[in-house]
Amino acid sequence: MIELWNTYGIWTAWTLLYIVLIVGGVMFSVAYLTYAERKVLGGMQRRQGPMTVGPFGLLQPIADGIKLFSKETIIPSQAHRVVFLLAPMMLFALSLVAWAVIPFDKGWVLANINVGILYLFAISSMGVYGIIMAGWASNSRYAFLGGLRSASQMVSYEVSMGLIIVCVLLCTGSLNMQEIVLAPRPIWMQVLLFPMFIVFLVSILAETNRTPFDLPEGESEITGGFMVEYSAMTYALFFLGEYANMILMSAMAVILFLGGWLPLPLLGFLTFVPGIVWFALKTAGVLFFFLWSRATLPRFRYDQLMRLGWKIFLPLTLAWVVIVSGTLLSLDALPGQKEKANLLAPVERSVESLIEGGEEILRAIESVGDEIVGDEAVDEE
Amino acid sequence: MIVQAFAFYLFAGILTVSALMVITARNPVHSVLFLVLAFFNAAGLFVMLGAEFIALILVIVYVGAVAVLFLFVVMMLDINFSDMRKGAMQYVPIGMVIGAVLLTELVMLYGTWQFVPGREQNIADPVAAFAGQNNTEALGQLIYTNYIFAFQTAGLILFVAMIGAIVLTHRTRAGVRKQAVSDQQARNPADVLEIQKITPKTGV
Amino acid sequence: MASQDFLIAYLPILIFMAVASVISVAMIAGSLLAGPRKPDAEKLSAYECGFDAFSDARNKFDVRFYLVTLLFIIFDLEIAFLFPWAIALGDIGVFGFWSMMVFLAVLTVGFVYEWKKGGLEWE
Repeated sequence: MIELWNTYGIWTAWTLLYIVLIVGGVMFSVAYLTYAERKVLGGMQRRQGPMTVGPFGLLQPIADGIKLFSKETIIPSQAHRVVFLLAPMMLFALSLVAWAVIPFDKGWVLANINVGILYLFAISSMGVYGIIMAGWASNSRYAFLGGLRSASQMVSYEVSMGLIIVCVLLCTGSLNMQEIVLAPRPIWMQVLLFPMFIVFLVSILAETNRTPFDLPEGESEITGGFMVEYSAMTYALFFLGEYANMILMSAMAVILFLGGWLPLPLLGFLTFVPGIVWFALKTAGVLFFFLWSRATLPRFRYDQLMRLGWKIFLPLTLAWVVIVSGTLLSLDALPGQKEKANLLAPVERSVESLIEGGEEILRAIESVGDEIVGDEAVDEE
Repeated sequence: MIVQAFAFYLFAGILTVSALMVITARNPVHSVLFLVLAFFNAAGLFVMLGAEFIALILVIVYVGAVAVLFLFVVMMLDINFSDMRKGAMQYVPIGMVIGAVLLTELVMLYGTWQFVPGREQNIADPVAAFAGQNNTEALGQLIYTNYIFAFQTAGLILFVAMIGAIVLTHRTRAGVRKQAVSDQQARNPADVLEIQKITPKTGV
Repeated sequence: MASQDFLIAYLPILIFMAVASVISVAMIAGSLLAGPRKPDAEKLSAYECGFDAFSDARNKFDVRFYLVTLLFIIFDLEIAFLFPWAIALGDIGVFGFWSMMVFLAVLTVGFVYEWKKGGLEWE
């Protein structure tokens, strides 16, 4: 029994502890992100923001949480009850689960899988479900329109996000999150990737339905979009999920472009600062961009949104994939690239396989021909 | 090993049940949601086989894109499905015939299939030639060189799909007003704006 | 079956999914139990700015939304092909590079067609 505990129990206990830490950390960050949002918006509009609950209003998020928890959950009579309740749960659970592959520091990652970035991409592509389900299940016009808009918006910007990720992968040569952070990046590579960083920042705004791309909510026209029928904790889960996704996307930007937990360049002497502090600071920096753009920018029109996604970002990112790969290849700077002499090897390999394939086809034709003739002697071969 | 077996039966069990629910559920939206669950568990099974790349691509493409389209279609199309079922019985004979043809074809194909020599070894260790590499890298080394024709064919199929999507769904509507950004930018103030000095009490 | 080490890396994700589902169910269930429940007909009707809802909200909508999703599927597959290519480009070299360029060129032709046809226009 003790042996069993030593082999499995400790591992399980440690994993559970880590999960609890992640969930706690994410929830805490979400709570204080809402606080920071109100403070930043307040500051930018020369107001004070929340000041009443606790010193400087610091307990405001907790008060909000308790309020939402104790409110009445209204399920509209026309709604599809199961899907109606499932939608916020799904959105929220997905926004938590994605954190499993985020490295907070060297080795501080719950699941160090080979395909970490694909996992993140997959989870973020599933985020659409919560929204479509909510829009459909509410059986309300505003919710329906909001769900529809949101789904095609998220889908449109996911394409350019995927292509941007490919650009970064070309430079890192690995799908593993830690290796992406640790891959060496000379200055020229950073410069090459910088435009993609900008496009990525705009795309994550659209992906998380934030201003100026918050048409799915669009208070002035569709009164809150897919969330219009939700109340109490069901609404809170949407809210938590949305903010957790914001933090997640910021963390993703930090990992892909800003060097994750590594200290910033020129500040290398600050290596004694733990990696997670750097990680948190960088993420907070990207999050400030979210809040800043909310305070500054007006909302896009839907045709403008679609044009930006399909006619500008998609061709631009696709071209950038070609540019980055071509540059790296011609400079022999691809990760894992062997000597130049080896570059022709794949050509030889494919020519060989072509010849083999041709021979196989010939053989197949021959054997079919033989069968038609009815010659059974061929079978002995 | 117990955990592995447990995970396998969990995925396989949910996969089978949800696949059954896809075809038995009355509400088409439920069908699609069960389909998503089935895809998800199939991805789990792929991970158990060590095919992590395929597993995640299954989630990204099928769950994240294809099932979203299905969901769009069944959720938003205002079809009364009980009405559609009324006449369904008359199609049973045709359906049976098509099913029978497909089944015979499958049986014939399988009966004459010749397996590659040494396939037992391939199954036991599928990436023997790529030891020490994860399967995304192994795939990357094969798809674009050894299987270039299959790869380019896939490109052509996607091309046809793209054209098909436009041809089937694109409608030009008359009398709509679009924003033409280049025209807006190209407008010259001198062409459209006239500045006049007006002395008071004279009018234009 | 894949190797033990490989699967161990994925197990925490499975556990995390279970934990996350439990948390989200518990939050909703807790709130349902803790909050008051006083439903009435007005409260439970769909919100429509003071109107009663005329009809079922799920009606037909613009075919463009389908087109966007269809195109998304195609580009998603294209990206799926790009991932292993990006990883292995160092090994497959110039040949692999041009192989992908031909693939992308074919799809770009499709993209240009779609653009010229006005499939990307919204009005």
